[in-house]
Amino acid sequence: MTENAYLIFLLPLLSFMMIVFFLRWKEKIAAGYSIITILISWMMSIWVLLETIARHGVAHEAFYKFVEFKSFSLELGILVDPLTAVMLVVVTTVGACVEIYSLGYMHGDPRFSRFYAYLSLFLFSMLGLVLANNFFMIFIFWELVGLTSYLLIGFWFEKKSAADACKKAFITTRVGDLGFLVGLMMLITYAGTLNYGELFELVGAGAIPATILTIAAIGVFCGAVGKSAQFPLHVWLPDAMEGPTPVSALIHAATMVAAGVYLVARSMTLFVGSADASMVVAIIGLTTSLLAATIAITQVDIKRILAYSTVSQLGYMIMALGLYGYDTAMGHHSPGYYAGTFHLMTHAFFKALLFLGAGSVIHAVHTNDIREMGGLLPKLKITAPTFMIASLSIAGIFPLAGFWSKDEIVAATVHHPIFYILTLAIAFMTAFYMWRLCFMVFFGKPRDQHRFEHAHESPKNMSYPLIFLAFLSVCAGWVGIPWLSHGFASFAYHGEPYHPHFSFLNAFIASAVALSGIGLAYLMYYKKSISAEKIGAMIRPLYLGSYNKWYFDEIYQFIIIDPLMSFARFMWSFDARGVDGVVNGTARLTMLWSDLKMWFDKWIVDGAVNGAGWLVTQLGNLLRLIQTGKAQSYALFMGAMIVAIGFWKYESTFVEGAWPKMTIIVAICAIVLAILGRLIPQETASPEEDK
Amino acid sequence: MEFQLPPYSLKMMLPELFLFGWALVVIAFDLVSGRKKESAVGYLTLAGILIAGGLLAFTGYGRGFGNMFFNDPMARFFKIIFLGAAFMAVGSSFGVLKERVRNHRGEYLGLILFSTVGMMFLASSQELLSLYIGLELTTIPLFVLAAFYKDNKLSVEAGIKYFVVGAFSSALLLYGISFLYGMAGTTDIIQMKINLAITHLTFKSIGMTLVIAVVTMLAGIGFKLGLPPFHQWVPDVYEGSPTPVAAFLSIGSKAAGLVAFAKIFVNGLSAFFGPEMLPNDWGQLVAIMAILAMVLGNTVAIWQTNIKRMLGYSSIAQAGYIMIGMVAMNVYGLSSVAYYMFAYMFANMGAFAIVTIFEDKTESTQISSYRGLSKSEPALSLILSIFLLSLAGIPPLAGFMAKYYVFAAAVEKASSPNGVTWLYWLVGVGLLTSVFSLYYYVNVIKQMYFSREDSPYKIPVSAPALAVIVICLIGVILFGIWPEPILQFAKDIPASFGFLAR
Repeated sequence: MTENAYLIFLLPLLSFMMIVFFLRWKEKIAAGYSIITILISWMMSIWVLLETIARHGVAHEAFYKFVEFKSFSLELGILVDPLTAVMLVVVTTVGACVEIYSLGYMHGDPRFSRFYAYLSLFLFSMLGLVLANNFFMIFIFWELVGLTSYLLIGFWFEKKSAADACKKAFITTRVGDLGFLVGLMMLITYAGTLNYGELFELVGAGAIPATILTIAAIGVFCGAVGKSAQFPLHVWLPDAMEGPTPVSALIHAATMVAAGVYLVARSMTLFVGSADASMVVAIIGLTTSLLAATIAITQVDIKRILAYSTVSQLGYMIMALGLYGYDTAMGHHSPGYYAGTFHLMTHAFFKALLFLGAGSVIHAVHTNDIREMGGLLPKLKITAPTFMIASLSIAGIFPLAGFWSKDEIVAATVHHPIFYILTLAIAFMTAFYMWRLCFMVFFGKPRDQHRFEHAHESPKNMSYPLIFLAFLSVCAGWVGIPWLSHGFASFAYHGEPYHPHFSFLNAFIASAVALSGIGLAYLMYYKKSISAEKIGAMIRPLYLGSYNKWYFDEIYQFIIIDPLMSFARFMWSFDARGVDGVVNGTARLTMLWSDLKMWFDKWIVDGAVNGAGWLVTQLGNLLRLIQTGKAQSYALFMGAMIVAIGFWKYESTFVEGAWPKMTIIVAICAIVLAILGRLIPQETASPEEDK
Repeated sequence: MEFQLPPYSLKMMLPELFLFGWALVVIAFDLVSGRKKESAVGYLTLAGILIAGGLLAFTGYGRGFGNMFFNDPMARFFKIIFLGAAFMAVGSSFGVLKERVRNHRGEYLGLILFSTVGMMFLASSQELLSLYIGLELTTIPLFVLAAFYKDNKLSVEAGIKYFVVGAFSSALLLYGISFLYGMAGTTDIIQMKINLAITHLTFKSIGMTLVIAVVTMLAGIGFKLGLPPFHQWVPDVYEGSPTPVAAFLSIGSKAAGLVAFAKIFVNGLSAFFGPEMLPNDWGQLVAIMAILAMVLGNTVAIWQTNIKRMLGYSSIAQAGYIMIGMVAMNVYGLSSVAYYMFAYMFANMGAFAIVTIFEDKTESTQISSYRGLSKSEPALSLILSIFLLSLAGIPPLAGFMAKYYVFAAAVEKASSPNGVTWLYWLVGVGLLTSVFSLYYYVNVIKQMYFSREDSPYKIPVSAPALAVIVICLIGVILFGIWPEPILQFAKDIPASFGFLAR
C-alpha cells in the first residue's frame, strides 16, 4: 500500500474535479462522492500507518525528476515516514468526520456542492503537503492550502466580515510565506537541492555555513509563523472563524494550522543545526501560547475562545519543538520533538471535536455569544458530554489523550525554568478558560429563555462524528503511554527504542495545576462563590487588555494599515492639490504630455505589440499565395523546388563565398510559376479560402 | 548450385497476415450481409484491429525471410501507432458509415485495413524495395479513400490531386532509390551503409550522384510528411476527403513517412548527415525544410476558416517539430520522435474524432459554426479544448512533453562537444512558432467559450466514437503527466539505428 500512497492525496483531487465538472448540480451525489473518496483515503492512510509500524518506521521514498537542470532538479515524489503516516491518519480522520458532519451543518446551503468541492481541494492539498518529499512540493501545496483556506473562510462572502476575514487571512499568511520562500531560496543556493533527505544530509555534514543555516531556518520558520498563526502573525486566525464551523474545525483547528508545526518538525534538522534559530522558535512559541491563553480567558464568542485556545496550543507545540532543537544542538537529551508531534496528533482530535461541538451548540441556539447560553446540558444529550470530554482532554486530565501529550511538553521544559513556570501557567489558564466555557454554556440557568426553549440536539450525521472523535480524544493518547515498549515515542524516533522519562512529580504538578484551573472555573462560574466581576474590576487594565486582545489589531491598524492608507491619501491629495493649485498653462502642458504619452503608447508600444502579430499574420497571408488549388501547379512547384535544391547543392560545393544565385533564381521562378497557376482558367471545387 | 528459399518466419509476420485476411473477411461479410449491417461490419473491423494488436505481442524481436523482414523496437512501436490510428479512424467512422458511404462500407473499412497492413510492412522492412512497396501499399488505398464521397466534388478533387501529386512523388522516391542502388549495389540498408562508406573512403568523394538521390528521396518522403515545399496537397486533401480518412492520413501516413525517413536517412545515410560531407549532406537541408514547415504551417493556419484545413496546416507544422527530433541524430532523437508521434496521435485523432461527429450532425466544418458550443455541449467542448491545447503544447498535456523532448534532444546534440550549433536555430524557430500556433488553436476555443451566441447544436455521440474520444483524452492527460512508460519503450528504438546510450 505504501507504494501507492500517492493515491491518498489524488483521490480528493479526483473528487474535486468530478464535482466541479460534472456533479455541480447534483448536491447529494456530490457530497456522497466526496465522502466516499475521503473514506477510502482514510482506510488507505490507516493501512499505510500499519505498514509503517510494521517496517519499524523506516522511511519509504518514491519520486521522479519532473524538471532537470544542470545544477539542480525539481522532483515530484512522496515520502512516507512515521511523521507522515501519523499526519495522514490525522488529516483523513478529521477530514472524514468533518465531511460527514457538514451533511447536516451545511444542509440547505445554496452552494452546498461547492462547499464539498472546496473541502476536497483542501484535503488534496493538505495530504499532498504531508506526503511531499521535498521543499519545492511542500511550498506548492502550502500555497494551495492557503488558497483553499481563503476560499472557505470567505465561503459566505455576502457577509462583509467574512469577506474581510478571508482577505486578512490570506494577506497575513502571505507575509510569513515570503520568509519561507526566502529560506528556500537560500537553501537551494547553498545546498543545491530541496529534497529532504539530501538536504538534511548536507546540513548534517556541515556543508552549509552556520549563519546561512540560521537565517534559512528562521526563514522556513516564518512560513510556519504565518500558517500556524504564531505571534506576531496570529491575528488572522480568530477572524477566520467567520467561515462555516466545519471549516474552522478542519482547517483552522486540526490540520492546516498544524501544517506550520509539521513544517518545523519536518525540517527539524535545520533547527538542530542552529541553536539560535531554535531559541527563536521556542521563544515565539512560548510568547504566542501565553498571549493567546490570556486573551482566551475573557472572550465571550464561543468560536473565538476556541480559536485563541488553538493558537495557544500551537504555540505549545512550536515551543516544544524549538526546545528540542536547542537542547539537541547543545548536546542534551530532550523529549521535545516527540512531545510536539504527539501533541499535534492528540490536539487535532480534541480540538476538532471542540469545534464540531461548538458548531452543534451554535446550530442549536443560533448565537455565538456564550453570555446568551446556559443550562444546555439536558437539551444537548450528545453534544454536551462529548464537548466536556474534549475539555477535560485539553485541560490534561488523567487518563485522557491530552494528559499524555501535555505531560511530555511540560517534561520538555524542565531544564529551562522560565519556560517551565510559564508552561504550567498556560496549562492552568487553559483548564480555566475551557471550563469557564463549559460551565457557562452547559450549566447554570438559561440566560436567554427564548433561545433555550428552541434549542434541540443536532441530526445524527452531526452527532455521530462527535462520538467518534470523543472516543479518539480519550484513547488517542494511549499510544504514547511512557512505559509502552514500542509506543509513539520510539515510533517517532524512527524505530530506535526511546523511552521518555516519565516523572511522577511532573505529572502530579501538571495534573494539580489543571485541576486547580477547573476548580477556579467551578467556583467562579458554577458556584459563583467568587465574583468574576469583582476580580475583573480589581485588575481592570489587565482585563481590558485581554478582552481587547492586547490591542494587536489596533496596533497593526496604527503602525501598518493607517500609515499605508495615509501615505496613499497623501499621494492622492498631493495629486489633487497639484492639479488644482497649478494654473491652466501647466494643466495644458500636462495634457500635452499625456497626449504625447498616449501617442507613444498607441503607436510605439501598441504598435510593437500589434506589429509583431500583424507581421506573423501577414507572413501567413503571403505564404498562402502559393496554395492555388491546382494539381498541375503543385506538381510544377514540386519539380521546380527540387531543381532549386539541386542547384543549391551544386553551388554550395563549387561556387565559394558568393550567394547561391541560381538557387534563388530558380526558387523565385518556382514561386512565381506557382502563383501564376491562379490564372489558369479552370473549374475547381476548392473553396475560395486560399486562392 | 541449388537455389535455397530463405527460412520462413511466418510467426513474425502474423499480425500483418491476419490483418490482410481480416480485410478480406470484412469486405466479404459486408457483401454477404447484403450491405445491411451498418455497425456490425464496423465492429468487426475494430475487433480485427484489436486482435492484430494482440498478435503483435507474440511476434517477438528478430528477423525473418532473409533480411527482408525485421522486428525491432521501432517496428513494434510504430505498428502500435499504426494500429491505434486505424482503430481510432474506424471508431470515428460510424457516423459516416451510417449516412454517407452506404453502399461501400466493406470497401471503405477494407481499404483502411489494407493501408494499415502496408504501413506495418513498411515498419518491418530493412531493405529499399520492400520499403518502397510498403509505402505504395500504404498510399494507394489512401488515394481511393480520399475520393470516397463519389458524388462530392471536393472529395473527388482531393482524391485526384492526392493521386497525381502522390504518383509524382512516388516516382521521385523510386528514382532516388535506383540511384542509391546503383552506387551501393545492394538494396539492403545496412549493407548499403557499409558499401557507401567503402566507396566514399576509396574515392574520397562520391560526388554529385548521391546528391540527386538525396534530393529526390527527400522530395518523395517530404511529400508523405507534408514538409514544405512539398506540402501543397495537404490542406486540399484534408478538406476534401472524408474526415476520418483525413485523420488517418495525418497520423498513419505521416508516421509511415517518418519510418521511411528514419530507415533511409537516419540509418542508411547517417554518415552523410553533417556539412563536412558536402555536397551529399542532408542534415541542413532537412533542417531548412523543418523551419519552412513550422513557419508556413503555423502562419497560414491562422487564416483558415475551415477547421479541417486548419488542422491540415497544423499537421504541416507538427511535421516540422518532429523533424527537429529526426535531425538531432543522437540517442534521444529517435525516441523523442517516437514519443512525439505517440502523443500527437492521441491529440490529433481526438480532435478529428470530435470534428467528425460534429460534421455528421451539422454538415459543417467551418470554425464559425463552433460558436457557443460550450453552452450546448460543455463536456465535448472541454475535451476538444484539451486536445487543441495539447496540440499547441501546453503543460501538463502530452503535447508539451512531446515538444519538450524533441527540443531537448536537439539541444543535447547542439551542446555536445563537437556540437552542431545550427540546431539551436532550429529550436529557436520551434519555440517562436509554438507561440504563433497558440493563436489559431485558441481561436477555436474562443469561438466555443467566449461567443455570446448560443449554439443550436446538440451532438449525439455514438459508442465507438465515445470510446475513441475517451481513449484519446486519457492518453493526452496521462502521458503528459506520466510519460515514463512510453519513454522507456521508446528508449530502445535508437539502439537498432546504431545510437547507443553512453
